[in-house]
Amino acid sequence: MSEHHYQLNFGPQHPSTHGVLRLVMEMDGEVVVRADPHIGLLHRGTEKLIEHKTYLQGLPYMERLDYMSMMTSEHAFCLAVEKLLQLDVPVRAQYLRVMFDELSRIMNHLLWLGTCGLDLGAMTVFLFCARERESIFDILEATSGARMHPNYYRPGGVYRDLPDKMPQYRSSLRSAEELARMNANRQGTLLDFIEAFIKQLPARFDDFETLLTDNRIWKQRTVGIGVIPADQAMAMGCTGPMLRASGVAWDLRKKQPYAVYDKLDFDIPTGTTGDCYDRYLVRMEECRQSVRLIQQCVDWLRVHPGPVMTDNRKIAPPPRAEIKADMEALIHHFKLFSEGFPVPAGEVYAAVEHPKGEFGVYMISDGGNKPYRVKLHTPDFVHLSMLAAMAPGHMLSDVVALIGTYDVVFGSVDR
Amino acid sequence: MRPPLSQLKTALTGILGDGANLTEALRELTLEVPVTRLSATMQRLRDDPALSFDALSDIAGVDYREFTGRDPAAPRFAVAYHLLSTKHCWRLRVRVFAEDETEPAVPSVVSLWPMANWMERECFDMFGIAFDDHPDLRRILTDYGFTGHPFRKDFPLSGHLEMRYDPEQKRIVYEPVTIEPRDNVPRIVREPHYGDSTPLSPPPAEPKG
Repeated sequence: MSEHHYQLNFGPQHPSTHGVLRLVMEMDGEVVVRADPHIGLLHRGTEKLIEHKTYLQGLPYMERLDYMSMMTSEHAFCLAVEKLLQLDVPVRAQYLRVMFDELSRIMNHLLWLGTCGLDLGAMTVFLFCARERESIFDILEATSGARMHPNYYRPGGVYRDLPDKMPQYRSSLRSAEELARMNANRQGTLLDFIEAFIKQLPARFDDFETLLTDNRIWKQRTVGIGVIPADQAMAMGCTGPMLRASGVAWDLRKKQPYAVYDKLDFDIPTGTTGDCYDRYLVRMEECRQSVRLIQQCVDWLRVHPGPVMTDNRKIAPPPRAEIKADMEALIHHFKLFSEGFPVPAGEVYAAVEHPKGEFGVYMISDGGNKPYRVKLHTPDFVHLSMLAAMAPGHMLSDVVALIGTYDVVFGSVDR
Repeated sequence: MRPPLSQLKTALTGILGDGANLTEALRELTLEVPVTRLSATMQRLRDDPALSFDALSDIAGVDYREFTGRDPAAPRFAVAYHLLSTKHCWRLRVRVFAEDETEPAVPSVVSLWPMANWMERECFDMFGIAFDDHPDLRRILTDYGFTGHPFRKDFPLSGHLEMRYDPEQKRIVYEPVTIEPRDNVPRIVREPHYGDSTPLSPPPAEPKG
């Protein structure tokens, strides 16, 4: 350490670290000379905990990793179990999964946009984004009963089909007119509500973009900051919007399609320079593509009723009515919820295009009712590891822009 | 679109020779490499244009200590690398067993893929597998001053010690936990075909008479 350098401790309780990142930096005035991120303050040992849970009990841990985009991590876990079991998933369940994956993507990018805007001095965007996220929470609540952690996907399908009615507001404190206004888009089914919601979204995205895209302060804080050339992004293990902002059109939904992504029409947005501004533009365009995908799923789901769960009774519980009448069904139900289901010995790696990048589940089974080993590959862990290489040479205030546009969530960095 | 797996298999046997320990299961390929040949093999996998595994997806440590049906003499620790080629759009798993059980060590691949840095640190932290020639092999996820390697199978799930402030001694004390660790769902590995609706052998014939 040189004589006129000093050490600066940033975090772990700083709002712009987006969680519990401790960053020890060596500074030359305002310029970072060396950065050493210390992580693990939120390490819960998820991988080890899952080794001691049945497959069904392990599933809810997934959405507690990245608590901004819950469903996509569940999807990867289910894909891994299904691959081990060599289980087929009904097509309707696959469309439902894609729809909720894309809703998660919008949810994640909205929160990212809001908090990143806050970090860089744009207050209003956060309020707008939080309002749109609220509608997605309502959709999740109507579907699964939980707003944040739906635990909706299951190995073999999804927990249940969409409800026929969208729940409405009821209150004795509000006037009838006000309630009627609040319930205006909740008169039909959940699919109607989702469709109405995504119909108005592109206009909202335009609103956000008028606040930021040509905003002089926003551009000064992001253009040319944290540039990652394509070859470096590849070597550093970038995935998702981080890689695409550098100009590499790599998207697992297109390149190694899972679920029904190969039947749907969408584009992969890419950037040119790979700076913070490009990452912002790529994420905004991804939101618009997600709207396209959700619209296609809604159209398909409207006209194709059908099962949403495999009828393999060794994996999926029987319907309640069947349990009342059939001894075999009762035994299946009891076995499933006491011992769980055994999974044949083997190992798989299942990856999905998470809003932040490639989310992979490496699962080893030795034939038991619990996984032998689960390794979770989270994109933000990899992206954050670049910080030590990227931060030197930047000003301290730019480090905030770097962390912001890396889009890290410590639930999934530390696991 | 994803090319067929056989294409990758042919390319791999062509480059690594027939002696390559390749297994195909569940539409995935696994290449097992002895620890001495890891660096050279990884270099070829990355640089050979017919394979061009330009991205490393994941590094996972595995402790095979309690694996059902494991040969007790077999090595305990393994490291599994998941490689991805964005050019050919295929994936490959490379597994290497660390031979020494008390001081497991494998060569580092940070010089080939810089992203391996934190992955190897995590693996070292969780399993105690050392990575030779790693530029900065420190613990990463566990607390400062932590001892032990939590993801090893002989490391308990819930702790043996608890920490509290003792008002009499006016300091933090560690003492054994008072609650018994419990597991409501035991780990069960059934024999093959357990619970199949068709019986394994025909039922004995009814005695006549």
